[in-house]
Amino acid sequence: MAKNLFRTALRTCMRGGMVFSAMAFLAHGAKAQDDRGARIERGRYLAIAGDCLACHTTPGGKPFAGGLDLKTPFGIITTSNITSDRETGIGSWTLQQFDSAVRHGKSPKGYLYPAMPYPAYAKITDTDLADLWEYIRTIPPVRNAAVTNKLPFPYNIRALMIGWNLLFLDRTPFAPDPSKSAQVNRGAYLVEGLEHCGTCHTTKNFLGGDTRATYQGTSLQGWYAPDLSNNPHTGLGRWSADDLVTYLRSGTNRFTAASGPMTETIENSTQHLSDVDLQAIAAYFKSLPPRAAAAPAPLPATNAQMVTGAREFIVQCSACHVSSGAGIRNMIPTLQDNPAVNAPDPDSLLNIVLRGTNGPMTAANPTGAAMPAFGWKLHDDQIAAILTYIRNSMGNAAPAVQPADVARARKAIGAEQPVWH
Amino acid sequence: MNYKRPKADVVIIGLGWSGSTMAEELTRAGLNVVAIERGAWRETSTSFPTTRDPDELSGSVRKEILQAPVTETYTVRNKVGQTALPLRKYHNLTLGNNVGGAGTHWAGASWRWLPFDHQPHTHVMQRYGAGQLVDGLILQDWGVTYDDLEPFYDRFEKIAGTSGTAGVINGQRQPGGNPFEGSRSGPFPTPALERSRANVLFTQAATRLGYNPFPVPSAMIGAPYTNALGLNLAPCTYCGYCQLYGCGNWSKSSPNICILPVLMQRTNFTLVTECEVLRINTTPDKKMATGVTFIDSDGNTGEQPADIVITATFTLDNTRLMLLSGISTPYDVASGQGVVGRAFTFQTLSWAFMFFENEYMNPFMNTGALATQIDDFNGDNFDHTGLGFIGGAGIQSLSNQGLPIGMAGLLPKGSPQWGKGWKQAFQRGYQNYAQIQGQGTSFAHREQFLDLDPTYKDRYGRPLLRITFDYNENDRRSGRFIRDRCVEIAREMGATEVGGDSFADRPYSGYTPWDSSHVQGGVTMGEDPRTSVQNRYQQNWDIPNLFVIGASSFPNNAGYNPTVVVGATTLWTAKAIIDQYIRNPGPLVRL
Repeated sequence: MAKNLFRTALRTCMRGGMVFSAMAFLAHGAKAQDDRGARIERGRYLAIAGDCLACHTTPGGKPFAGGLDLKTPFGIITTSNITSDRETGIGSWTLQQFDSAVRHGKSPKGYLYPAMPYPAYAKITDTDLADLWEYIRTIPPVRNAAVTNKLPFPYNIRALMIGWNLLFLDRTPFAPDPSKSAQVNRGAYLVEGLEHCGTCHTTKNFLGGDTRATYQGTSLQGWYAPDLSNNPHTGLGRWSADDLVTYLRSGTNRFTAASGPMTETIENSTQHLSDVDLQAIAAYFKSLPPRAAAAPAPLPATNAQMVTGAREFIVQCSACHVSSGAGIRNMIPTLQDNPAVNAPDPDSLLNIVLRGTNGPMTAANPTGAAMPAFGWKLHDDQIAAILTYIRNSMGNAAPAVQPADVARARKAIGAEQPVWH
Repeated sequence: MNYKRPKADVVIIGLGWSGSTMAEELTRAGLNVVAIERGAWRETSTSFPTTRDPDELSGSVRKEILQAPVTETYTVRNKVGQTALPLRKYHNLTLGNNVGGAGTHWAGASWRWLPFDHQPHTHVMQRYGAGQLVDGLILQDWGVTYDDLEPFYDRFEKIAGTSGTAGVINGQRQPGGNPFEGSRSGPFPTPALERSRANVLFTQAATRLGYNPFPVPSAMIGAPYTNALGLNLAPCTYCGYCQLYGCGNWSKSSPNICILPVLMQRTNFTLVTECEVLRINTTPDKKMATGVTFIDSDGNTGEQPADIVITATFTLDNTRLMLLSGISTPYDVASGQGVVGRAFTFQTLSWAFMFFENEYMNPFMNTGALATQIDDFNGDNFDHTGLGFIGGAGIQSLSNQGLPIGMAGLLPKGSPQWGKGWKQAFQRGYQNYAQIQGQGTSFAHREQFLDLDPTYKDRYGRPLLRITFDYNENDRRSGRFIRDRCVEIAREMGATEVGGDSFADRPYSGYTPWDSSHVQGGVTMGEDPRTSVQNRYQQNWDIPNLFVIGASSFPNNAGYNPTVVVGATTLWTAKAIIDQYIRNPGPLVRL
């Protein structure tokens, strides 16, 4: 309660500040306008860091007009219109209402679901939040009434979120760790707050709250958001800070190429961050404690799936990934000794093989070399054998993939059935 | 319904190699560019996915990637006085039918031309005098030299990721490269391809005969490469499905992989697909171009106004658009006056076809431009005194063919034509066949030209373009000379059965198997408005805001493929537009 009082006091101070700004505007109009312009620019950068666009825009739709369906374990949540349209957007909101939604999960119309990452955005500082609002207010109005709640009973009762928030919403503002460098703290602020990495990369419990396995990887929406801990077998243990910066800037590095939802995150958000901020994010991840790798023993080459997989790999995969699996730099990822291949859950690998994936198209690497879909071409047992082989050869070791896993994924993500029998 | 699009700084007609190279330069300079392309959008990963096995029947036989003659074609006759007939079947002029143009399906030989090829008149007059020229031959310099173009050759190679072995860098001979090439400012971006068995035999034979074999520069990428625009290219896998196929491996340089991913992200670039430009519009006094009129895929007529018009279509269509738009004076064969359609050239091909015994050529491992060449008889690299012709050919062992349907007809003499005997002969022939191509020069002649056909029209009622062409005496003499060189090398390679051919000994036809697809000229650049349509910057002499780019600008054809020259001259013109024309619109050359 004391914390809440403190925050209210802060907000009151901020409102006072705004009034002060308005008065200053009367006195020194031009200067205030410059200040406001600078704040809008900061806000624009913060909106990019928060990747607001990714969820609040449909493919091909007007920016920030909402309407995108997010598939959660609890049902479909459609994103809202956050343009400045007064009726269907948030044009009539005040800074206080914006703050309430972004950091506390409560809009004027009721409680939000944590598909909106307000538990992460709760870490945003007051200044950043105010600047973000300055920018959001400049988004041109688009009339688009998005129905935001399509959840089944009982999840459609928004008031349930009061209880969820009590359990899982940590309203503590971001507190720098004095034992860490300013760079690591800046990285932590971005990762835990605006970039909300944990929203995808941290395992959720049955109620959708974060578990303690922070950044250790988890499956969602048919993809496995990989382990970001310093586990050398499945995580970032062998990545240098430079590898991370290169990846977040270009979408590719010597280990991997982005796929699935991360492609959009890099294209819309991280590639636009400053070098200083990308280096801070990298420094933060590299500052996380090392995790011992409990790598399983790879399957023997004589295993039936391994024999089939080795043959299919040459026929289906080697033209691009080359016979050794080394790939082509900055373009076609290596499969050798690759933490993403070793993921405990093969969801991403299944998704990529079945449906293909667009390569990231960034200013630093505009190539966009895509992986073509194999769902139409290969049967469940062929894909299972190929993935089992890749996951247990070329320096990798991970559980086998079974034909039933492929069949399940094929159905879940709506991939094509093979065109022949 | 007719409509008018918002005015652009520049409209580019056609988005193949020249159009996309130009668009990239001009948009990077900040100009607002609209490109209008009659073909459809093609994207490497979805149009040519590596998951789909290429199919020889649909690719090489049915030619699905080409523009069909039923859509539009040309008429051909050999001589004035004959009635030209349309090419109704697929012919040797393999036109692209998509964004990327023929650059998507091309074979990929990636040559800089010799210094001689850009200044043939100066060279021939200095070395031999006018007596070396057969009657009626047209020989003129381009107005731009190899040295002028060298930085642009270099830049284009770095966009395309060209593979090869340099022969001369900064005047210094380099081992393994072409000793006759113009001096380069640096090596090729990627290393030369691996050699085929036929290439190796050719290299050994040519070396024994005292010639200088070297790997043909190729659009098939030799090693992982990040090009001048930041795009990544992957090394060739020698899959064997190259010419007439799009490459799904990012391994054959094309506008689709080398330029378009960057270009399409620029907000000052607009691409209009499946729209065919009908004419270039001008002011009534024909002093300025005002834009273009096009017909869209719904049959509506649209207008695209622009301050600069750049025509970047196929060579022949560049000439046709000029004639249909009534721009500059058409060539008149009777008087020899006029310029549009003049100085049209083809190429002069000679061959040696051969069979070996107990060889393993393994032709299934090939690419479109897997070849080893000698230039000892190309251009003016040898003394022509007493030979009665100028020019020559690049003589090359070409390993571009290994697909089963195409190889089915290549059997040693006397092979059974059916049954078990045929099968055995096919097996033997497949592994023992090889070929040497002489890709010969072609110089313009006053009786070779392009004009509008008086009889046949296209689907919009516009006259087709008429080709009046037959080989001239210079072609026949050089063709036979080169054929004999090909046969000599073939015998030295150890072939047991050798056949030679010089196409110039027969009348020209658009259907000859193994013939060239390289036609040039018609809208030539030059130093004199009486003999050229455009000045040295490919700028129209009469209309300063009209630029017609591509091989239509070249007044003679070399013993090489033209694409890299098209790229280099496009970059040269782009620089002139950006650095000179934009600052001071008007003629870039004043006489």
